[in-house]
Amino acid sequence: MKTKFILCAFCLLTTWAVAQDKYFTAPTDQPVTADAEGFVRRWTLLEPISKPNRTNTVFTDSYLREVFATEYFPGQMTLLPRDGQKVKARFEKVEMPKDYRRIDPATLKVQRGTETLRWHKLDSKTYNLKLMRFGEHYRQRLYGVIYWVVTVVRCEEDMTGVRLSVGSNSASQWWVNGTEALLLSGDRRMVADDAMSARLVLHKGDNVIRGAIINGPGMSDFCLRFVREDGTPVTQGFTIL
Amino acid sequence: MKQIFATIMALVGLSASAQVGTPYIHDPSTLAECDGKWFTFGTGGGGLISTDGGYTWGGGAERPGGGAAPDVVKIGNRYLVAYSATGGGLGGSHRGEVLTMWNKTLDPQSPDFHYSEPQLVAWSEDGDDCDAIDPGLLLDPTTGRLWMSYGTYFGNIRLVELDPQTGKRVEGNEAVDIAIDCEATDLIYRNGWYYLLGTHGTCCDGVNSTYNIVCGRSRQVTGPYLDNLGRDMRKGGGRMVIAAHHRVVGPGHFGRTVLTEGVEKMSCHFEADFDQGGYSVLGIRPLLWKNDWPVAGEPLREGTYEIESERRGYALELAVDFQRIETERRSWFRLQQSGETPKPIAQQSLADVQDKWPKGDIGVRCGDYMVRPWQRWTIEAVSGVGGSMGQPYYRIGIEGTSRSLCATPDCEVSTVETFTAAPEQLWQIDQQTDGTFRIMPVAIPGSDRRLCLVSVADSTPSLGEFDFASDNCKWNLRAH
Repeated sequence: MKTKFILCAFCLLTTWAVAQDKYFTAPTDQPVTADAEGFVRRWTLLEPISKPNRTNTVFTDSYLREVFATEYFPGQMTLLPRDGQKVKARFEKVEMPKDYRRIDPATLKVQRGTETLRWHKLDSKTYNLKLMRFGEHYRQRLYGVIYWVVTVVRCEEDMTGVRLSVGSNSASQWWVNGTEALLLSGDRRMVADDAMSARLVLHKGDNVIRGAIINGPGMSDFCLRFVREDGTPVTQGFTIL
Repeated sequence: MKQIFATIMALVGLSASAQVGTPYIHDPSTLAECDGKWFTFGTGGGGLISTDGGYTWGGGAERPGGGAAPDVVKIGNRYLVAYSATGGGLGGSHRGEVLTMWNKTLDPQSPDFHYSEPQLVAWSEDGDDCDAIDPGLLLDPTTGRLWMSYGTYFGNIRLVELDPQTGKRVEGNEAVDIAIDCEATDLIYRNGWYYLLGTHGTCCDGVNSTYNIVCGRSRQVTGPYLDNLGRDMRKGGGRMVIAAHHRVVGPGHFGRTVLTEGVEKMSCHFEADFDQGGYSVLGIRPLLWKNDWPVAGEPLREGTYEIESERRGYALELAVDFQRIETERRSWFRLQQSGETPKPIAQQSLADVQDKWPKGDIGVRCGDYMVRPWQRWTIEAVSGVGGSMGQPYYRIGIEGTSRSLCATPDCEVSTVETFTAAPEQLWQIDQQTDGTFRIMPVAIPGSDRRLCLVSVADSTPSLGEFDFASDNCKWNLRAH
């Protein structure tokens, strides 16, 4: 038994190490800049909240607004999480039959509860944040999840007329300094510059960008950057804490 | 509310086939802008003026000298007008004279309005294979040299060079034959090509006139001008640019107007407009370019369209919940076994979904086109609110409703529940030279910027500066 335990622990550590090495690195204490194309790669991500959906086609505007307005953990819309910080989050679970195509949703029994989840501050090696890999390696959760993500961008001066530009898989909602900026509904694939906010202002100093991404089956990731009115990405004038 | 809706909707439904006002003219010169007004001169003297950007046209332009088929070009801060003082027709004399004269302004209301003395620049005698009428002017943008074509069905079309400072014939210049048997020729330059446009067919026979405009092109202004088959216009070659369509026949006397890069118009007259008693009227059409050949676009037809972004191909839609069509889903291979005949499935209707839409303003976005009610836009001309060059302003609304696309004060786009014909709910729709459309609000509340509908992201429409080089500024109107 002890050997099995050690073997399992080794496997998990190895898997995470590989995943971390492949997709993420641990951030330094120093702020970073956006990458050459303006993509924001430093994020603090909460381990995925279980929210089973057998299809991504249910992600209508009204569904998303209802789900993302539900409080899963305290301070959901205000918290500036630290790396390693824990929160007690509500979850939903269902026992999925093997042949999920033949599910009658009415017969599925939803189990609800709370569990402790941790925030992880990470730098992505790629322009897009590989959420599914993140969820897989921290919670072994691939599908039927909600990811909450937060980052803080510090601007040297006010930036007016910029747009928040997001691609996400699957649907997502985004807030800038507490104000809703963007909703990407439907069964989404991640596409750079898929959707953009109205023109907004990033104030001199710290600006909090908060997002929630929901996914049923399939890959999950997102990419985000700011774009000027002329369509060019903002690559300078701010750092990411 | 129903009554208001009915009243508002009575504003729409204008015919978009002809120019508004009293646009009666024959052989209109290339459209010229002067002090915010547009002018064109015609055969016999006089011409038309538009004071609303080229939408409404009426008499009042003044050009002395009579004769046939004038042309005008702006050189520096002056206008050079060329016209022919004669014109005997096919059976008459072919002694022709082409004259030029200057004016600081085209506006007869201006104190500066005064034509200089006409000066003879080209002529023909009865024995010549040429009838010196119907001049067309080109100020070559690559060299600054001034060229004039002239002639008619009687023999050759000729090219001469004029002095752009004086408007006189360049001393010692010899005429060059560049085509035969055209009327009302015009020269233009674009993208390394010189184009000679001429009118073929029968003139002056009302609704039976077969006039049409053809062209050839050359790398040299002096020709040879070849058509798409390589046939020389001196052998009668010519590729069709515009012919009869809808309720107008007999287009003649081409003129090109570049409003901005990517948005061009062509002017002509139609020998007969069936909606205006068969009289000869001014015509303005989008000018498209296909493989470096000019082609007339058609007037935008009112109807219901998918408005597709050229950026990714997504369709403009209301930002409302996707509502599924619930059908029994069965495997196709079981149908093979049963031999059952499949039944058609009804299209989702407005009544199926409208009740679930929010009241008041609803935002817009772009998404996969699914032929759904929230993606079907009816485009209708609106009467009594003006228009732009050659066309009315339009309402763009969800089919079967009064919900209409509008510009918002923050330079974004949304929809209002009820159309009121406010300027921010009116749209100028121009077909661009590549066949796509530029869609612009007539006004943006609290702003004097002229922006157009753009795709700032695949799924996000907004308003932005027009840039013909960007697919973000291009939309396709697809009738499904």
